[in-house]
Amino acid sequence: MQPSQDQSGRLLLSGNEAVALAALHCGVALGTGYPGTPSTEILESFSALGGRAQWAPNEKVAAEVALGAAFAKARVLCTMKHVGLNVAADVLFTMTYSGVDGGYVLIVADDPGMASSQNEQDSRRYAEAAVAPMFEPADSQEAYDLLRVAYETSERWNIPVLFRMTTRVCHSKSPVKPRFARGAALTAADTGAPTPDFVRNIAARVMVPGHAKPAHRRLRAKMAEMENWNNAGTSNRVERRDNALGIIVAGISYHHVREAAPSASILKLGMTYPLPMQLIREFAASVQRCVVIEENDPWLAAACRAAGILVDAKDDNVFRFGEFSVDRVKRILARDSSPEPVPPRGKPPELCNGCPHRSSFEVMKDLNCIVAGDIGCYTLAALPPLAAMDMMIDMGAAVGMGLGLRHVLPREQAKRVVSVIGDSTFLHGGLPGLVEMAYNPPDTGHVLIILDNGTTAMTGQQEHPGTGRQLDGDGTYKVSYEDMARAAGVKNVITLNPIREKARFAEVLAEALRKDELSVIIARSPCILSAGRIVAWEKEQKEKALAAAAIAADDTPTAGCGCGCDCKG
Amino acid sequence: MLSPSTTNVRFAGIGGTGVIKASDILADVVFRLGHETKKAEVHGMSQRGGSVQSDVRFGTEVHSPMIPDGTCDFLVVMDLTQIEVVRAGLRAAGTLITPADIDTVKLPSAKSLNVAMLGRLSRHFDFPVDVWLASLRAHFAEKLHAANDQAFALGRG
Repeated sequence: MQPSQDQSGRLLLSGNEAVALAALHCGVALGTGYPGTPSTEILESFSALGGRAQWAPNEKVAAEVALGAAFAKARVLCTMKHVGLNVAADVLFTMTYSGVDGGYVLIVADDPGMASSQNEQDSRRYAEAAVAPMFEPADSQEAYDLLRVAYETSERWNIPVLFRMTTRVCHSKSPVKPRFARGAALTAADTGAPTPDFVRNIAARVMVPGHAKPAHRRLRAKMAEMENWNNAGTSNRVERRDNALGIIVAGISYHHVREAAPSASILKLGMTYPLPMQLIREFAASVQRCVVIEENDPWLAAACRAAGILVDAKDDNVFRFGEFSVDRVKRILARDSSPEPVPPRGKPPELCNGCPHRSSFEVMKDLNCIVAGDIGCYTLAALPPLAAMDMMIDMGAAVGMGLGLRHVLPREQAKRVVSVIGDSTFLHGGLPGLVEMAYNPPDTGHVLIILDNGTTAMTGQQEHPGTGRQLDGDGTYKVSYEDMARAAGVKNVITLNPIREKARFAEVLAEALRKDELSVIIARSPCILSAGRIVAWEKEQKEKALAAAAIAADDTPTAGCGCGCDCKG
Repeated sequence: MLSPSTTNVRFAGIGGTGVIKASDILADVVFRLGHETKKAEVHGMSQRGGSVQSDVRFGTEVHSPMIPDGTCDFLVVMDLTQIEVVRAGLRAAGTLITPADIDTVKLPSAKSLNVAMLGRLSRHFDFPVDVWLASLRAHFAEKLHAANDQAFALGRG
């Protein structure tokens, strides 16, 4: 659907849509990432706009694919949620040393308040720890505008750039005035994107100690230059109002501040690493009371205080937790740490009626399994009335945690342990666990259950390497969990339908738990939300294959002139 | 302070009741009509039948996309079980719209309740009906257009 447009040509876009449009307008050659709320729609929108976008099996692979493209001087976009950056952290910490040739923007979407996440880690600490510049847009227009600044910064200093968004920036809609009209044909001169080209530079890209030592010094020198540039830069602005109160703020909190304290002077930061310390120092000195307003960690306040700048900040005993709102910002400014009103509890989400996961967990519950679980819709099985999952920490952890339990528990408990993981999560983080299972098998054996519903359901039914379809729906190779399990060295590999063969599932699982062997059970039944779409796609593929076969048959030269023409002569 | 012309509309319900779609349509209508517009929602768990809320704010100037506590001018609740969960968001003189305001037996389909609720909401604004209908058409497949027109008219009365 086309976004809403007003009479001045502005579009009403979510932050994610704004970034996708900006990526198109910056000439981004490739977008890659792994789905994760609230970041998922960026690549989907980029693809819908005609950009080249693809899902990787996990964030680390995505960040590495993006790095190769950036070494080849292309502009590249890599997207993930905050916990995804943990997976990609290994490449992040060294690609800041190596640097890049084409613009590399890594979007990390934090989730203060944990609307759909397992923690509320603060990605600003990654910018500092990995020495990567960071931009933080406050709304859709800034997301659109700052993405271009991020590419220009990345190319000017040959460094990957972090672009931190949060749930409310990603999913809120606000007006955007784009640089180019809808549907405009863009040239390289319009986008400013360089032409991909490989130039050998072994000393810059092979990070052995002899190369990495000078690279670290170069990186710190770049940061010092960038801090000077950021002090004078256009990514930050001072809004001068009453000098009794001055507020330093970035991201969505800026809009809460404008409403909570309309007469306050504001230092609005758009680039938060390296921080423009001189600008902050001058602003703090220009107001009677200077307050840092930031969600989650006291990162900005701590940086100011470490630099000797006196700032007031939130009471972290209360306001470190959860996202901000106009009301909470008012309380912070009033130094009010009294208990906050607790909103009535809404209805928690639950597994859909007819969901194959329900059936699978009923089987495990009946067999009194100890369930090492993982991340996806099926995590909802941990909630009552099922209450059939005992642990969930991070993507892929089901396999390793289950093995650890088996290694140390008394035999009668160890025999009840199963690892349960979804299809997309298995490919994301479970594969090394499968190899570990065969390499260091517990004495009691182990059972790994892969819940294959044919989609990345939780984030909105995205494709992955096990669906046989790419991000844009094009067909591709479909990996086989059965073949991978056998290749890893697992003896018993069983596939069944958890709904239609529920009784058999119970028998197979009981048998697998009895044996001191390794078993992988693939419980395969499509997500009921995507089953219709998958069936329609498969039907279309069959029709296409038949049509192609028919054309091929027509083209086959028959007896006659032998020219392959239609003359049949 | 915020301009008094800023209007706060919160849609609430459970996943699958059309909360987000209804808020998208209102945001589209007011934006096309030239209002400053912002919309905030949290999704990700909504497909799993949990509580969903979506805020639309419009007027001459809008800052936060989220409606401050107790300042909703309109609260449109798609599911009767959610009314008490969200009622505190409504300002004292605010308007609550619930399925009880709709003659639901006359709905062309149960799914079209959110469109009927938009029809009911539309009574409170002097926006041209054709802008509402155009936005509805833009947001739904063609096969649903006739039923939506009917549901909207039922709500608008």
